[in-house]
Amino acid sequence: MSASAVFVLDLKGKVLICRNYKGDVDMSEIDHFLTLLMQQEEEGLMCPVISHGSVHFMWIKHSNLYLVATTNKNSNASLVYAFLYKLVEVFTEYFKELEEESIQDNFVVVYELLDELMDFGFPQTTDSKILQEYITQEGNKLEVAKTKVPTTVTNAVSWRSEGLKYKKNEVFIDVIESINVLVNANGSVMSSDIVGSIKLKTMLSGMPELRLGLNDRVLFALTGRDKGKTVAMEDVKFHQCVRLSRFESDRTISFIPPDGESELMSYRINTHVKPLIWIESVIEKFSHSRVEIMVKAKGQFKKQSVANNVEVRVPVPSDADTPKFKTSTGHAKYVPEKNLVVWTIKSFPGGKEFLMRAHFGLPSVENDEMEGKPPITVKFEIPYFTVSGIQVRYMKIIEKSGYQALPWVRYITQSGDYQLRTNA
Amino acid sequence: MEWASQLCENRGLGSKMTDSKYFTTTKKGEIFELKAELNSDKKEKKKEAVKKVIASMTVGKDVSALFPDVVNCMQTDNLELKKLVYLYLMNYAKSQPDMAIMAVNTFVKDCEDPNPLIRALAVRTMGCIRVDKITEYLCEPLRKCLKDEDPYVRKTAAVCVAKLHDINAQLVEDQGFLDTLKDLISDSNPMVVANAVAALSEIAESHPNSNLLDLNPQTINKLLTALNECTEWGQIFILDCLANYTPRDDRESQSICERVTPRLSHANSAVVLSAVKVLMKFMEMLPKDLDYYGTLLKKLAPPLVTLLSAEPELQYVALRNINLIVQKRPEILKHEMKVFFVKYNDPIYVKLEKLDIMIRLASQANIAQVLAELKEYATEVDVDFVRKAVRAIGRCAIKVEQSAERCVSTLLDLIQTKVNYVVQEAIVVIKDIFRKYPNKYESVIATLCENLDSLDEPEARAAMIWIVGEYAERIDNADELLESFLEGFHDESTQVQLQLLTAIVKLFLKKPTETQELVQQVLSLATQDSDNPDLRDRGYIYWRLLSTDPVAAKEVVLAEKPLISEETDLIEPTLLDELICHIGTLASVYHKPPSAFVEGGRGVQHKRLPARAGSGESAESPDVGQAVSAVSDAPPAVIPSQGDLLGDLLNLDLAPPTSNVPPVPSSMQMGAMDLLGGGLDSLLGGDVGGSPAMGVSLGGAPVGMPAGLGAAPAVGGGLGDLFDLGGGVGVTAGSYIPPKTVWLPAMKAKGLEISGTFARRSGVIHMDLSFTNKAMSVMTDFAIQFNKNSFGLAPAGPLQVLTPLSPNQTVDVSLPLSTTGPVMKMEPLNNLQVAVKNNIDVFYFSCQYPISLLFVEDGKMDRQVFLATWKDIPSENEAQFQIKDCHLNSDAASNKLQGSNIFTVAKRTVDTQDMLYQSVKLTNGIWMLAELRIQTGNPNSTDLELSVKCRAPEVSQYVYQCYELILRN
Repeated sequence: MSASAVFVLDLKGKVLICRNYKGDVDMSEIDHFLTLLMQQEEEGLMCPVISHGSVHFMWIKHSNLYLVATTNKNSNASLVYAFLYKLVEVFTEYFKELEEESIQDNFVVVYELLDELMDFGFPQTTDSKILQEYITQEGNKLEVAKTKVPTTVTNAVSWRSEGLKYKKNEVFIDVIESINVLVNANGSVMSSDIVGSIKLKTMLSGMPELRLGLNDRVLFALTGRDKGKTVAMEDVKFHQCVRLSRFESDRTISFIPPDGESELMSYRINTHVKPLIWIESVIEKFSHSRVEIMVKAKGQFKKQSVANNVEVRVPVPSDADTPKFKTSTGHAKYVPEKNLVVWTIKSFPGGKEFLMRAHFGLPSVENDEMEGKPPITVKFEIPYFTVSGIQVRYMKIIEKSGYQALPWVRYITQSGDYQLRTNA
Repeated sequence: MEWASQLCENRGLGSKMTDSKYFTTTKKGEIFELKAELNSDKKEKKKEAVKKVIASMTVGKDVSALFPDVVNCMQTDNLELKKLVYLYLMNYAKSQPDMAIMAVNTFVKDCEDPNPLIRALAVRTMGCIRVDKITEYLCEPLRKCLKDEDPYVRKTAAVCVAKLHDINAQLVEDQGFLDTLKDLISDSNPMVVANAVAALSEIAESHPNSNLLDLNPQTINKLLTALNECTEWGQIFILDCLANYTPRDDRESQSICERVTPRLSHANSAVVLSAVKVLMKFMEMLPKDLDYYGTLLKKLAPPLVTLLSAEPELQYVALRNINLIVQKRPEILKHEMKVFFVKYNDPIYVKLEKLDIMIRLASQANIAQVLAELKEYATEVDVDFVRKAVRAIGRCAIKVEQSAERCVSTLLDLIQTKVNYVVQEAIVVIKDIFRKYPNKYESVIATLCENLDSLDEPEARAAMIWIVGEYAERIDNADELLESFLEGFHDESTQVQLQLLTAIVKLFLKKPTETQELVQQVLSLATQDSDNPDLRDRGYIYWRLLSTDPVAAKEVVLAEKPLISEETDLIEPTLLDELICHIGTLASVYHKPPSAFVEGGRGVQHKRLPARAGSGESAESPDVGQAVSAVSDAPPAVIPSQGDLLGDLLNLDLAPPTSNVPPVPSSMQMGAMDLLGGGLDSLLGGDVGGSPAMGVSLGGAPVGMPAGLGAAPAVGGGLGDLFDLGGGVGVTAGSYIPPKTVWLPAMKAKGLEISGTFARRSGVIHMDLSFTNKAMSVMTDFAIQFNKNSFGLAPAGPLQVLTPLSPNQTVDVSLPLSTTGPVMKMEPLNNLQVAVKNNIDVFYFSCQYPISLLFVEDGKMDRQVFLATWKDIPSENEAQFQIKDCHLNSDAASNKLQGSNIFTVAKRTVDTQDMLYQSVKLTNGIWMLAELRIQTGNPNSTDLELSVKCRAPEVSQYVYQCYELILRN
């Protein structure tokens, strides 16, 4: 069904740790993995699935590690990749950083986790908060865990333990919207969308029932209410804890939240948004002598709002030298290892327009290598504001002990995949 | 603690102590030292030692020698230590099976531990020790654990059944574990249900005939309930299992879909894809006019688009699947072109897939945007991506006719960049554009020729040579160009050599005077100096053709080429349907059926989509696994599979006993294959009403049987028609109707094949047509028109093809004709030029009708008038014919001929010769008189003599042809 075995390799293809789940694929097959991968890379035909005879490798890369699953069946590939990413998530939560060293430093726990996360190729409990209740890093804690039956593991509510206690019951709700934009070299917006995410930090006692109310257009249409601005969400994705069939039937978002931090939901909105920071650029390349760059950035959002930590990243040829900059505000810096000029503006009020000029020398001997045409990318953050106008209208919290709990809501809009193609 | 300090020095870790310290022992006496430590009395030391053993194992050192010592540590109340020992056992038990027995007791004991964690751990580990001797000891503990009070133990035990089954299937069956596992589907705990489903699916997959997953509406209901409550992974197990179920009817199908759609909102991409699989499959059963069908279509698009924001590897899987979905149901994503635009930082495998989907979604509505993007991509640096982008532009030109011109000019712009591989790709695709739109874009040839020198890839060189040869008459220096290639003939790849040979022969046939030397040169290079058999053979064929019959050579070499089809890389429909059943799996990523990459006969099982409601097929098929019949299960392959052979056998048995194939109406130059194919088609699509016995037996034959296979007698169609006629008004003997022949082969008409014949029924002329759709898309909007013809034949009404013609479908239409249309003399006289239009294009073909079609019912002349007319027509208008080898006596002949409205006016017998005097009247009032002489005395002389007299003598020979046809059939 999914993986026969899972391997963690270093960049040289050496097995750091592995677990054979099904025994139907020879474990030594992994020795071919890196050779095949290198071969693909050389041919420029990289692919997340590599096959060698009847064995198929499905792999992902994380920092200096390859995580590889093998199979010789018609496995559910999406499940395998989702599981490999889940492995990364769990390991990261256990070890802060997942890299070669942390695997070696914690190999006992890694073995334990591999044993618990998957059985005979079937992913099992993968919620790291729950796992941490009975697979602990220090051996001494085990004596406590030993007497404890892991009920949460098999409960219908498999993401929250019972008996949590907080002095002050609070929920922090972050609504974060990322803007994805692709602008053509001639300035027309090829595609744009908003990907929103609602994150929770839950500090609530017991097993509370929560209900989140948004100004969801479909919900308002269903209930016949028609007050104020509503938002049409193209697609919504929920955390395991949300009752999906309930949402499907009456658009109610009801759930028992996981403790601590979690992403409750994400959504996508297709409506055409004006790029919040508009970039106009002129990049003139005079072969053998110089490159001249002029970039104009304009804040196309409300005057009251301010974009923070704005970074405009402008690509330059790899053989450029002797940078000179002039900016009307902020600070420009050449990052030669990335072939970029990064123009940073700490605070960018709406409606304002700024300018940056850069001048680079080019060597008289032409660079043979063809260079791509990387786009200009922009990073920014605008607090207290969502582009879509989405609002948390209420968060109802009901727990049988009857405590009062306070929800806190924070809005932020930021750049997602924000690319503007250039003429250069 | 030397190893520790060594490590600290090496890494500069100082005080931080981590597990990595266990990795550093490399000394010689290590095993011995470990042995001592393992047998230490101190718990801590023991644990440390086991950790070191595991560390050595991890780095690939063989520590199997420590087996007994490690097993001795097994009996501990320390869970961490226990886990490590178990881990060790899993690794080495197989290499030390005898010693593994030592561990059995502890396992059995642990399975009864008060701590459920330990019980589960024991049963989980035991299943992973693939040693036969151990498995028998596993049964009792497993039985207990399957009924454990703790769900954590039960869910682990459920998986253990699958493990044990993998080692010893018989044992699992004998012990009744499968039934226990089935019972667990009704367990109160969702995770237990999910694991039971996963285990059962796994077992069923490797034993397709086990009938394990006996899904029925009750179990389905349980699964759907558990779906709401189990973990994300459990949801995938259940969804994948549901996908194997075939609902009883469209209502059940809809209700399952309704309960599965909420999963499309799950954050886990794999849950979403598995839900998409179930929906795509069950949708097949919903009637298309159902409101819910439309709702479902709309619901599928947003989650598919959202998958493109997932991690790149998941994006890749999603894109490969979207590629299938777009082919199966293009309407789902037709408005989502923009989301497939390539981002600069997409990994190459994502870029290439997006590009492929963009082309599939390209239509007249969005082509401008697509082209702008493709042009942008073509200036990138990644060579493979750029190549594919250039190819994509060519594919757009071929797919969206309105864009062809723009595509060509974009390609020309790209050629101007002079980037070598861009130019070469562009030339390859321009060749295809020429083939699709002949005589439209040849003006660009000059530009192409400028780039001749830069072509270094065989495919591009071959394409360019093809262009030069094909359009040699328009290229002044074609001979020079081709000659330049000839210099290095032997260094070229075969592809280029073959193309060069053909191109020069073409050139020679077009400009024979100047190129004689060149053609001789290439022929000798190909035949004498080459050791490639293909090249040599082709060379000899040309040589002989040219030397024996240059005219024939011209016909062969410069023959009109069929147009290339629009989409060349569509997945074959049966394979596509199978892949849709495998959404999310490796099969869907490879676009190959599992049987192509999963080894061995086990687990290879073709899945197929359920039949649409109303087809009556679905009701009887309880489960896909069992219902797969040999016939419809045939995998797409060149070698006929069992299904095809079966089809042929059926077909052979069905064939009516007949010895000779009737002659084809004159001058229809169809190949034997086409003739047979046509006959077969009409046989299959047969007039069921007309011949009930045949219709019934035909129903058993597979509908999609490939035409042209097997010896299908073409008379079948005629037979059907005869039956038809027999059921009509009291006509004694039916008129002869030639069998249907292919008038328009599919390759000349973008997949539309038309075969047909003519018949005269109850005084009305009919054109009996069979339309077969051999293309991949549905055909609609059929219409027909005739050119002016000799006898004013015209359709008496519109062409009645009411329902759209789906791929592989054949429809039979009978078109009544009148003779009141415009008249123009045709050559040959009985030639009919026809235009047929459908939603794709207009196609032209010509066919010839037997002139007997025009013989009217009141064509019997009075004897006296006959005599007078015979004398009146000048004798130079009399034509003599011989009908050889006809064994009919005069009465039989007379009867036969009367069926086709050739009436015997008088009969005379002189010596051993019967003379029949006959009259015929054409629809336009022309009379024809005939004298037919039949030998009666001598059985050896079977030749008939025919004299025809007519005021319009040019008709005579056609009348004779009718005599031939009628008397011989």
